[in-house]
Amino acid sequence: MKAKQVPQDNSPSYSGHKKLLYAVNDSGHYTGIQSSGWEIENFATQMAVDELNEQTLSAVNDYHSGKASALAYHMCKHRFDISALAQSTGFFQWQIRRHLSPQIFNRLSHRKLKIYGAVFSISIEQLTRVPEQP
Amino acid sequence: MSEIVNHLIHQQSSHCETGVVSNMLSSKGFAISEPMAFGLASALTFAYLPFVKIGGLPLIAYRMPPKTIIKSVAKKLNIELISRRFSSPQKGMQALDQALAEGHIVGLQTSVYWLPYFPEDMRFHFNAHNLTVYGKNEQGDYLISDPVFEEVVTCSPESLERARFAKGALAPKGLMYILGEVPDNIDLAPQIYKSIKKTAKMMNGIPIPGIPFFGVKGIHYLAKKITELENKPLKYARLYLGHIVRMQEEIGTGGAGFRFIFASFLDESFKLTGDAELFELSQFTTEIGDQWRAFAVQAVLFCKDRKSISLQDISAVLVKCADMEKQLQSRLLSLSALK
Repeated sequence: MKAKQVPQDNSPSYSGHKKLLYAVNDSGHYTGIQSSGWEIENFATQMAVDELNEQTLSAVNDYHSGKASALAYHMCKHRFDISALAQSTGFFQWQIRRHLSPQIFNRLSHRKLKIYGAVFSISIEQLTRVPEQP
Repeated sequence: MSEIVNHLIHQQSSHCETGVVSNMLSSKGFAISEPMAFGLASALTFAYLPFVKIGGLPLIAYRMPPKTIIKSVAKKLNIELISRRFSSPQKGMQALDQALAEGHIVGLQTSVYWLPYFPEDMRFHFNAHNLTVYGKNEQGDYLISDPVFEEVVTCSPESLERARFAKGALAPKGLMYILGEVPDNIDLAPQIYKSIKKTAKMMNGIPIPGIPFFGVKGIHYLAKKITELENKPLKYARLYLGHIVRMQEEIGTGGAGFRFIFASFLDESFKLTGDAELFELSQFTTEIGDQWRAFAVQAVLFCKDRKSISLQDISAVLVKCADMEKQLQSRLLSLSALK
């Protein structure tokens, strides 16, 4: 990549920051160049963020229609999936899958709720609430 | 609270670990660039790890696992690396404060998700992010040199504690490290050739049949996986391709999955040793990097409009990358310090 070709596409995901890339200058040697983003990379990031937002939205809807517990929403909102949450909480994946159902989540012990609260860094009261809109 | 500011030279880097190494060494009076640290650590590789999932998608890595870079650079330059992990967060924070009070700059492993100064869209559960703490201000916030940022930042003790003691895959367990004294005369040239040889040896993958996940073999394997996306739902194919592009470009790689950093290392090595062959190799690695960028363009083109390009075509671009890396490997292997 030539220094002049380093993309400056102002990616929104950079929030005004710039990243350092390495590129070749006119004399053929390498130099560090700041880039404000690449449209290609931004598209891939945006796709992943959209997917997460979509999952969070459906978790909110599922909660309000009684199909999923508040845990489903908080898991998506804090960008965990079941395997990551299992590693962080120490629960088994099957336990977490059970906790995603409202009947079971509502009967969870204080101790288990506290573990989830600690991983998300929120209080138990916040953990059991889901906003109308994500 | 009294203020502590230890001497630190902050320079922005592409990648966190090499950046921390370069900043910590430069602050100790041994100026070393990020690409040089990357090259000396023989950190360039390719790995496709289907059993490690991130959001349900396989992990694709373009460099050696976390902490190898700092370890091998310290070893190559014969510098002591003092590192500690902690069972209790409280003890971990105390040890950090003590090291700062003693005038050290301290490297930390942290989770990106809990660092408040990261932009929202870049926060995800990645537990092997490195940064350097160089002091504490009067409010008690830590002064941090995060190598991927343009300027130094600050972070509250609560957030930093959470980031250091995040759980999950690659959990940092409060890892902190300090570098010992830097020896006076370091001759880089012999180390450069050694590291290049090691990189070249790794490029073909592991010589065990039935493990096609590393090096050139790994790239071929990924290319095959891409053609197999034909039978998967379109949504999965899009996420999968987008995921590869993110691993390659977004996650602090300096462009093209570290290929440009490696080319920069070869270029710098040429300046240091005067070996013209290294410069030619640098140019060839740049071509490889450009090929990886071309692959990213094609993959995203498919995500935007699947009719404009077939999965076979995308896969073919990747196979070209693999072939070029194969060529690079044999050229690197035949490189010799003795002319």
